[in-house]
Amino acid sequence: MNCELAQTTIHGYFDGELDAVRSTEFERHLEHCHECQSVLESIESLRTQLQQSDLYEHASPQLREKVRKQLAQAAGTGRLSAGHWRRWFLVPTFGAMAAAAAVIAIILFVVPSRTQSPLSAELIDAHVRSLQPGHLMDVESTDQHTVKPWFDGKLDFVPPVSDYAAQGFPLVGGRLDVVDGHNVAALVYSRRKHYINVFVWPYREKEPGFVSSGSRQGYNWVAWQSGDMRFCVVSDAALSDLRELKDLIHP
Amino acid sequence: MPATTVNTFETWETSDVLDPQDRIRFEQLVLPHLDSAANLARWMLRNRADSDDVVQEATLRAYRFFERFHGGDARAWLLQIVRNTCYTWLQKNRPSELMTEFDEEVHLRPAANPETLATQADDRQRLMMALESLSPRFREVLVLRELEGCSYKEIGEITGIPIGTVMSTLSRARERLRQTLTGAAGAAAKEVS
Repeated sequence: MNCELAQTTIHGYFDGELDAVRSTEFERHLEHCHECQSVLESIESLRTQLQQSDLYEHASPQLREKVRKQLAQAAGTGRLSAGHWRRWFLVPTFGAMAAAAAVIAIILFVVPSRTQSPLSAELIDAHVRSLQPGHLMDVESTDQHTVKPWFDGKLDFVPPVSDYAAQGFPLVGGRLDVVDGHNVAALVYSRRKHYINVFVWPYREKEPGFVSSGSRQGYNWVAWQSGDMRFCVVSDAALSDLRELKDLIHP
Repeated sequence: MPATTVNTFETWETSDVLDPQDRIRFEQLVLPHLDSAANLARWMLRNRADSDDVVQEATLRAYRFFERFHGGDARAWLLQIVRNTCYTWLQKNRPSELMTEFDEEVHLRPAANPETLATQADDRQRLMMALESLSPRFREVLVLRELEGCSYKEIGEITGIPIGTVMSTLSRARERLRQTLTGAAGAAAKEVS
């Protein structure tokens, strides 16, 4: 490897850990450094492999039960009643509503291939605005039959709305959002203490391609296309969670 | 490379019991991260039975030390304890794994030599073995970053790696994993030809 940046800085860039100035500098460098372009491709492919191979090991029900018993014992009195704990373990989203969780509304379009578009910076700004109190949801309901009709007449397409509470992703609500000058549907789900935005919009010609997943400034996204609709799931929840939700929406 | 930080939680009292309010806070803040704890321990110890034991122990430690948690990132806090408990466990039960850790360049377990890897038709299995062949130091940053989605700051908090070094550690870890995987692909090609 000859390019020094290809050894370290590129990782900070890829992981969204560079500040805006260094990130822009690196993007400029990337335009004509073939070595960096190929390294970027390689680390992205490595991440895709790691994340798509179902390597994440969740706590088994047996482990949860053991931990429960052990802590109840440690508490001495057994005041950690089984019911209380069961509630905890069976409803992983407990406490989600109480959290001042952050969710981003980004769709990261990609200008030539893998590089993260500077548009993302603009979208992060948009996200920060969306976190203002009262901006997350226009319609607040856990009932898909309330959320879905709410979009009627507000959009020229029908977003698929389902509740996945049983799978640990309860529907919380929805709203209209504008991304890249177009109306999109945003469905809000919660996952443990995190909110997840699912953006849905019809594919438009000339729309730039996007990378299927990534992270920036601590937020993860997973994007895909199904038929003529595009989807992008964004949250500070773990990428594995986002992939799980994606699989629920499009098994 | 500096020696691995080992745990500092050896001397905990066994008698302290949290007051009920703290206990509720513990349940709300820490326990939702049990999946993260299980995942990290599983990859650190490379085996589910051992990692379940370690997670149990780490959760208990976290519980006993909860008074020292002064807010902030509960997941990073729990994972730090899990990680330390893993290293203590390894030191006690498989010290050789930590000894070889210094020798990053030749650190390739027999179970994951290129030929063995190449015979794995299953990509997931191949990736698992490659990841498990890395030193614990490399494995932990990869798991935290790629599977757990931790930021560099969180990785620094959890592993004790200075934040300025997280990026270069990740860089070397990714390169090592890539080499292991391409080595395996190369061996497979040789076998076919």
